[in-house]
Amino acid sequence: MNTSLTARMPYPVMAFIPTLNRRQQTLLLMAMAAVVVGVMIAAGILLDNDRIATHFDQRNLAPSWNHLFGTDWLGRDMFTRTAKGLTVSIGIGMIASLASVVIAMILGLASATLGKTVDSAVSWLVDLFLGVPHLVALILIAFVMGGGAKGVIVGVACTHWPSLTRLIRAEVLQIRFSEYVHVSKHMGRSRVFIAVRHVMPHLAPQFLVGILLLFPHAILHEASITFLGFGLSPHQPAIGVILSESMKYLATGMWWLAFFPGLSLLVIVRSMDIIGDHLRQLTDPHSAHE
Amino acid sequence: MPLEAKDLSFRYKKSRWILDRVHLELQPGQVLGISGPSGCGKSTLARILAGYEKPLAGGVTLGGRPLPQKGFNPVQLISQHPEKAVNPRWRMHRTLNEGFRPDDIVLSSLGIEKKWLKRWPNELSGGELQRFCLARALGPQTRFVIADEISTMLDPVTQAQIWSVLLDSVKKRNMGLLAISHDKNLLMRISSMIIIWEDMMMGS
Repeated sequence: MNTSLTARMPYPVMAFIPTLNRRQQTLLLMAMAAVVVGVMIAAGILLDNDRIATHFDQRNLAPSWNHLFGTDWLGRDMFTRTAKGLTVSIGIGMIASLASVVIAMILGLASATLGKTVDSAVSWLVDLFLGVPHLVALILIAFVMGGGAKGVIVGVACTHWPSLTRLIRAEVLQIRFSEYVHVSKHMGRSRVFIAVRHVMPHLAPQFLVGILLLFPHAILHEASITFLGFGLSPHQPAIGVILSESMKYLATGMWWLAFFPGLSLLVIVRSMDIIGDHLRQLTDPHSAHE
Repeated sequence: MPLEAKDLSFRYKKSRWILDRVHLELQPGQVLGISGPSGCGKSTLARILAGYEKPLAGGVTLGGRPLPQKGFNPVQLISQHPEKAVNPRWRMHRTLNEGFRPDDIVLSSLGIEKKWLKRWPNELSGGELQRFCLARALGPQTRFVIADEISTMLDPVTQAQIWSVLLDSVKKRNMGLLAISHDKNLLMRISSMIIIWEDMMMGS
């Protein structure tokens, strides 16, 4: 007993640092991400618009306690701009990823249950959308919609459903022809019962994790097409706008213009990504003991 | 009310005919054993008899009528892979009670422990899962049980326990049992009649 314990803990100091299991890690991460997102949204809503008005007496200031992220060439407070930009981006990302996942759910379910014709039609659509680089498709759609938040949301929603659709179709097919669904049918259970009790529980995690994993994509794409000039208008304090504008001033040594907004974006995107991954593993009973 | 298979023919896609005009009759209270080499169609026959697959020709009747499409199927199949026959996202008590509520006597005779009911399927062994599959197949409306290699992956003690429970309930409730196995010695012990697959091909 004693020997095995010491063998497992070569460094006695390590015993004082609590080792967290996956559930605890995920909860901790979710709490931290919630705080970061909460602060950003609160700041974006509460901070005065006066702080992003032009102040020529406070131009090009480096980060300080008064201006956490510094100020830009027009004297606008970068922290306020970042917070407001991220709030807009998070909103757009949420709507776009939710729409995308809903599309994927509907098409995936339809192709798995409505027969061969529907299945091949949906598969053709999936192949079509996967065949085009989705940034190109996104730019085209956003451009046709005339740019702005609407164009970005429709663009992201229309380009991000295919891979999840495939996943859901495969999952539903596998469950429909599984042994336990056969058994359920022969136990006298109805199609509705099988759909609700056997199939849906397998899809709920896909749905949640799908939203969480698509969300960072949506934000990044929103930022990138805005950066390229096809997305939100330059008046809006979006992250993509901030980043693309800062490009012109980076060479003059004003590193804070891109660094802090970029870092904030990265932190939010990455934490969503990690939470999504953790949740996927947690909701799968097969990895419940890892 | 015998279970009858008439002129059953079946093949997967374009492969050779696995079943070619097979006849089979199983009476209530009868224990029939089937043995044969791998891949000869034993499992396919089992699936067709239980209504899991549609035969390409011929049909299965129960007391002269085709198997019911809705409701609890009086012909229950117990398969070789219990871990595939339970939903991995259901706790065991839901799986056990899906068709009806098996009584405690059956559960204890099968050696199903109360604490297993709260577990997930991947927290139980194949033998433990097979007991659940057995319990849920022995419903009040079950007239025939098709046991397709149900004990192949079990240790001898579990094997003996499962078969004795199954044979007991079959006898008590006058059900028909079709036992499919590679193990001819096992079939000799339990069944009143054994079909070796080659005989079947000639239409026994």
